[in-house]
Amino acid sequence: MKHKSAFALAATLALVLSAPVALPVLAQEGAPSAPYAYRQLPDPDQEARAKALMVTLRCVMCQSQSIADSDAPIAGDMRSEVRTRIAAGEDPEHIRQWLIQRYGDYVSFTPQVKPITWPLFAAPVAILLLAGLLLRGRFGKGTRT
Amino acid sequence: MSVHENRVGENQAGENRGGARMRLGLWLPLAIFAALIALFVHGLLRPADTSVASAFVGNPLPQFDLPAANSERPGLATAAFHSGKPRLLNIFASWCVPCAAESPQLAQLAQSGAVIEGIAIQDKPQDLARFLANNGNPYAAIGKDDDRKVQLEIGSSGVPETFIIDGRGVIRYQHIGDIRPEDVPMLLAKLKEAGA
Repeated sequence: MKHKSAFALAATLALVLSAPVALPVLAQEGAPSAPYAYRQLPDPDQEARAKALMVTLRCVMCQSQSIADSDAPIAGDMRSEVRTRIAAGEDPEHIRQWLIQRYGDYVSFTPQVKPITWPLFAAPVAILLLAGLLLRGRFGKGTRT
Repeated sequence: MSVHENRVGENQAGENRGGARMRLGLWLPLAIFAALIALFVHGLLRPADTSVASAFVGNPLPQFDLPAANSERPGLATAAFHSGKPRLLNIFASWCVPCAAESPQLAQLAQSGAVIEGIAIQDKPQDLARFLANNGNPYAAIGKDDDRKVQLEIGSSGVPETFIIDGRGVIRYQHIGDIRPEDVPMLLAKLKEAGA
């Protein structure tokens, strides 16, 4: 009796432990084989620079995640591409431009300064100026009377 | 008639300036609200397009030399696209379901004289062999792209995607997703266009 329950426990354990191994097979996708998809760069400074860039790049498959967050296979390959280029000494903004040339502005979460995006950068300044004018109108009147 | 109306308008303008401003103050928020609702309804009714188009169309193919994905076909290099004849470049994988769905259309394109080059993404030779046995093999060559190096280089964001490359190796068109039967005449026309 005791022996039987121990066997059941072992079987359950084996099942639970094997589940995560079986899942990727069910997912019907090849696992990323790129060298730096799931491996950090050995140099912490380089890894920090790569990470800072990766959190601002959009995964082109699961589009509201950055490539740093996403587990999509293509995100892994994009991480590996970014890390390899950082390790080779390439400037992060240069890598961003390389991706924008291929996937458009959509791939970057950080907006680029372009003719179409100038209101984005001008609006805060305009609103501050407007607020300043309004406040001066209010308080200026108050002191004069 | 219009002169008379104008005069009335002028007379009232001075007295009613404050009133006009108040009326504007009343109606402007409503107008902004209505404009926002119109924008939201437009956004809700428009079918969502989440595909990421390549920004690289119009550029020459990057230099690459991919090894053969299995023993049935040779590997694929950029040089193949400089033959003077436009070609289709099909990016696919054996693990991709829509790739199997588009295989009759690829066969039809090949029958119509299109040369189809393939790039297999993260595939195993035995899986690929089974896929080709089941779905047919319309490819002239199949390159193996395990790290998606070439896929990233040309701005492709998934499988399947089909590019039209002209005879000088310039990317002319990108078709995202599986090729449906109704896409075949369009692709043949684009291929012809690229050859001119």
